[in-house]
Amino acid sequence: MPPGPGGEALLTVVALCLERGGRELFRDLAFAVRPGQLVQIEGANGAGKTSLLRILAGLSRYGYSGSVARHCPLLYLGHLSAVKALLTPRENLAWHVAGESSYSRPQIDEALAKVGLYGYEDVPSHALSAGQHRRVNLARLYLSQCPLWLLDEPFTAIDKSGVAELELLLVEHVRRGGAVVLTSHQSLQVAYQVQILSLSEGLAA
Amino acid sequence: MTVPRTPPGTAAFCLALLRRQLTLAARRPIEIGNPLLFFAMVVALFPLGLGPAPDQLTGFAPGILWIIALLSSLLTSDTVFRSDFEDGSLEQLLLAPQPLFMSVLAYICAHWLVTGLLLALVSPVFALMIKLPAAAIGALVASLLLGTAVLSLVGGIGAALTVGLKRGGMLISLLILPFYMPVLIFGSAAVQNATLGIPAAPYLAVLGALLCLAIALAPLAIAAGLRISVDA
Repeated sequence: MPPGPGGEALLTVVALCLERGGRELFRDLAFAVRPGQLVQIEGANGAGKTSLLRILAGLSRYGYSGSVARHCPLLYLGHLSAVKALLTPRENLAWHVAGESSYSRPQIDEALAKVGLYGYEDVPSHALSAGQHRRVNLARLYLSQCPLWLLDEPFTAIDKSGVAELELLLVEHVRRGGAVVLTSHQSLQVAYQVQILSLSEGLAA
Repeated sequence: MTVPRTPPGTAAFCLALLRRQLTLAARRPIEIGNPLLFFAMVVALFPLGLGPAPDQLTGFAPGILWIIALLSSLLTSDTVFRSDFEDGSLEQLLLAPQPLFMSVLAYICAHWLVTGLLLALVSPVFALMIKLPAAAIGALVASLLLGTAVLSLVGGIGAALTVGLKRGGMLISLLILPFYMPVLIFGSAAVQNATLGIPAAPYLAVLGALLCLAIALAPLAIAAGLRISVDA
């Protein structure tokens, strides 16, 4: 697939409005996410970034108006890491409830090594730190074949070198013809065009 | 990019889920043991409360055993989806490409294997404690095997609806106890008949029919309940 924006839309949003607790979070939001796009959702705390991502992923199905069309498999990483404390990192990935694909042991070990958990494959996850928990979850990105990634605050609790590696991974994914929509309060330090999605003004060109 | 991997088939995915749930259960053996201990404790209470006259106990035994089985099932039903809800696994399960109907069935199946099945298998010991006639023990085990599976499925509906609540324990009891009643009626009737020497088969057949109905319908309600709980 050619690098840069283009190709069939992976996700189309039309006239999306959301109201929570009598307050309008966004109105008439319309955009499409195409292969090669790296989109960062911007907004203050409580602006509705997480709500928007949950609507895009299909987890929120009521309470909004407008339509969201998903044209490809997607991977959603939320605030919660979905890592079971009683299972080892290897088991967590091998029996992951997202059911994306079945991975072989070398694939899982490779992904864990890439997120810096080499040697922790068989340690029960409750013995890992908060950042390492997040890293187990991020290992899914190295395994994933989904073209569209929806990431809610992926940099939380990740150290500096981890953030840099994650940024490289995101760029690699969009260069391969994937697309990423993420929320983050820090600006991305990447050699790639980041498109800013403002909840009040929509997707900047 | 390597060759795209396709999502595992429903059967393979459900087996992985089953294995995951059973491993999780096996790593917390106390949670498996608790309902059995509860059963043993409450059975021991009845001779103290009703008096230790063997004849009297024998008459009440089928009802007593079934009511305790029902309560111990109620105690554990709350936990089916709770930890997965709290750590975010449930969100990921809802996004999985495999049908949610089969996934929740795998969850309930795992729950039944570590609660209902074990309870049915050790129930003869408890039956002897309150002097259930030996002739009725077969009916007791068979009725518990069928009945607790129905209880797990119905309990799953309550668990799915209340998983988003901080304190769902009391509410879940009020929600699902009415649906437990038919199981109690036919289950204890099967054992009662067996103590009197009448065939228990018709009642077991009704329990089997209830189980078929629950397998067909409960996962639909559980799946819908989970979607509502995660959405809120």
